[in-house]
Amino acid sequence: MDVQEYIESGILELYIAGSLSEKENEEVYEMIKKYPAILKEVISIENSIVTLTSALASKDSKVLFQYIKAKLNLDSETKVIPLRSEKTSWITYSGWAASVLVGGALIWSLSQNNELQDQIAGEREQMELQIEKSSNSLAEAEKLITIFRDKDIISVPLAGQVVAPEAYAKVYLDKKTNSIYLDVKGLPDPPKGKVYQVWSLKLNPLTPTSMGTLDTFVTDTNKIFTFDANDGEQGWGITLEPAGGSKTPSLDQLYTLGTIPA
Amino acid sequence: MTTELLVSQFQKKDSKAFEKLYSMYGNSMLGVINNIVRNDDVAEEIVQDVFIKAWNNAESYSSKKGRFFTWILNIARNAAIDYTRSKTFKNSKQNQNADYFVDILENNESLDSQTNGIGIREFVNKLAEKCKTVIDLLYFKGYTQKEVSETLEIPLGTIKTRNRNCINELRNQLGV
Repeated sequence: MDVQEYIESGILELYIAGSLSEKENEEVYEMIKKYPAILKEVISIENSIVTLTSALASKDSKVLFQYIKAKLNLDSETKVIPLRSEKTSWITYSGWAASVLVGGALIWSLSQNNELQDQIAGEREQMELQIEKSSNSLAEAEKLITIFRDKDIISVPLAGQVVAPEAYAKVYLDKKTNSIYLDVKGLPDPPKGKVYQVWSLKLNPLTPTSMGTLDTFVTDTNKIFTFDANDGEQGWGITLEPAGGSKTPSLDQLYTLGTIPA
Repeated sequence: MTTELLVSQFQKKDSKAFEKLYSMYGNSMLGVINNIVRNDDVAEEIVQDVFIKAWNNAESYSSKKGRFFTWILNIARNAAIDYTRSKTFKNSKQNQNADYFVDILENNESLDSQTNGIGIREFVNKLAEKCKTVIDLLYFKGYTQKEVSETLEIPLGTIKTRNRNCINELRNQLGV
């Protein structure tokens, strides 16, 4: 593939405009992942359109953000003021000292974290690929097991439930990179207007947290989806929801469910 | 932080990331909406709804489907077009004959106060007429290639390259 020719074709301009088909969008996305020059071009095109369209704003929209925040209650968390006793001056001082230390450590870890993010993105792609290959050959499957051992990855099968006893899925949890690979080859295509939604679960009390919807389920070729892991999650469930997803899982449409063995 | 990271923070309901994305794309969306509804007050209402909708449906965005900008651009265009189909709009539509974004640009008084706005009017005026219409239909109105081809009566095959040349011209002017 000649990258320059691809750029000159004009497809990227239409990609930003949103006038390509879903399939074409995914093709461009693959090209962007492969060729940094294409990403660079996409960003430049986007910037030019952002600049042009911004010139038509009736005013600086920044002033409107307060209304958005108010409507969404984004500022409404009540601030808790801790009770303090008065005789603890040395504790206060050491407290300040500690907080300076923690602050410093935090800044350092943040900068480390940024570097790590890029590394993780690459690693996640590798993993997806390996999981995909493993379903095609026994040798690759064995290789996957070795990787799991090396990397301290646990796999959790999600078994089919009442509405779909035949369905199955599998979660691979990589604690080191905080990643979850969800293999959903064992789920049927969702009916039109419906979408699978993935939930991470905490037990006792049972609390589901939405991890997102599998909007590209039908078009995704390897049927492996990657998520960020949530803290302390103990299991996962997949439900069928109306397009766009739901706030809480529809339990009568629970397709698969599994928990980390204690 | 890259836009990708920002978007993933936003999807985890990080309000700071949300505010940052709003500051990147808020004016752009306000401009797009204004170009469709032709009413500053209405556009300012709709742009709030658009970002609220984006926040509430953050998890439905996936980078595989396209850029975050394009995703929110679609929400904005749809919200604005929905409004133009409403009764309120149809009743208020008298005396409007402006056809595309160039008219707003020429009449936008707040332009001079915006850092980015300075010079754009001039740049756009230098664009060829056919470029102005292609850009208007594809980016501001969300037309498909086929719709552009039918509206402007130009062959489907030439839209991609013509638009590319037009955007190149714009980029040269803007220096991006």
